Amino acid sequence: MTTSVSPESAAAVEDTWTVAGRTFRSRLIVGTGKYKDYATNAAAAQAAGAEIVTVAVRRVNLTDPSQPLLVDYVKPTEFTFLPNTAGCFTGEEAVRTLRLAREAGGWDLVKLEVLSDPKTLYPDMEETLRSLKLLVSEGFQVMVYCSDDPVYARKLEEAGAVAIMPLGAPIGSGLGIQNRVNMRIIIENAKVPVLVDAGVGTASDAAIGMELGCDAILMNSAIAEAKDPIRMARAMKHAVIAGREAYLAGRMPKRLYADPSSPLGGLI
Amino acid sequence: MKLFLNGEEREISGVANVADLVTSLGLDARKVAIELNLEIVPRSIYSATSLVEGDRLEIVTFIGGG
Repeated sequence: MTTSVSPESAAAVEDTWTVAGRTFRSRLIVGTGKYKDYATNAAAAQAAGAEIVTVAVRRVNLTDPSQPLLVDYVKPTEFTFLPNTAGCFTGEEAVRTLRLAREAGGWDLVKLEVLSDPKTLYPDMEETLRSLKLLVSEGFQVMVYCSDDPVYARKLEEAGAVAIMPLGAPIGSGLGIQNRVNMRIIIENAKVPVLVDAGVGTASDAAIGMELGCDAILMNSAIAEAKDPIRMARAMKHAVIAGREAYLAGRMPKRLYADPSSPLGGLI
Repeated sequence: MKLFLNGEEREISGVANVADLVTSLGLDARKVAIELNLEIVPRSIYSATSLVEGDRLEIVTFIGGG
């Protein structure tokens, strides 16, 4: 008797993830910084298949109000905007920035990042946790950029973070995921989505993050600083899908020595 | 009337409220958010929010970021 096996496994049909009650198909979130222009930015976000884009909140240029605006290219009708708190160093600054973001966009899903020194851009975790508590009390749904410290990850979750987003490596470094062990521990212990945020340099880095079991990857520089950002966006889309599929498929065990693929029995 | 807009002192004439200011600056109200003396001004009450000498406003929008 022969059995038929479909090339479409059940998992491939509809694989979504949910953060703060919103469900997404794409597991790639892209930033909107560092692009040469907003048009390239929009094309890259589309090529990445992204449904969420991060954005920053800044003063309007009042001397030249005719300058192009992000929202004219990367449209809020096409992407879920995830406003960040980049540039904020205290909880109060973060709350003030995100209140303005909420008014500008009318949503409460936000990305908290409270950085420390400009050289490493490492998150100030003590202030990040304090800021998170302030934002949660204001009704925000907060996705939190954080260090890859499993203890702080747990504290953030306990304080009401809707997603934990540890750095793979410093922002803009492109070094890839430096501590896979910590990343995996954070994933295993979290009940909210875990995303690698920062540090991805190329497609294989994104695939590794997904193979570790992350729910999604957030990246900016890896696409924006590529020679061909649109092509890299497409590469990242495939890498995230490949990594996710490999994770769901369950990888083979690692062995120290060879194990033949062709049977040894029946040799002539 | 003297106003502080995004940290800069500006002399603005012929504006009585936030809606007037947005128009006089040539901005699209749907694309900005405004804070008046550290309080958010909801877009729905721009025309009902009067401005007085010395008011401090922050007018922001979304820009590219990671």
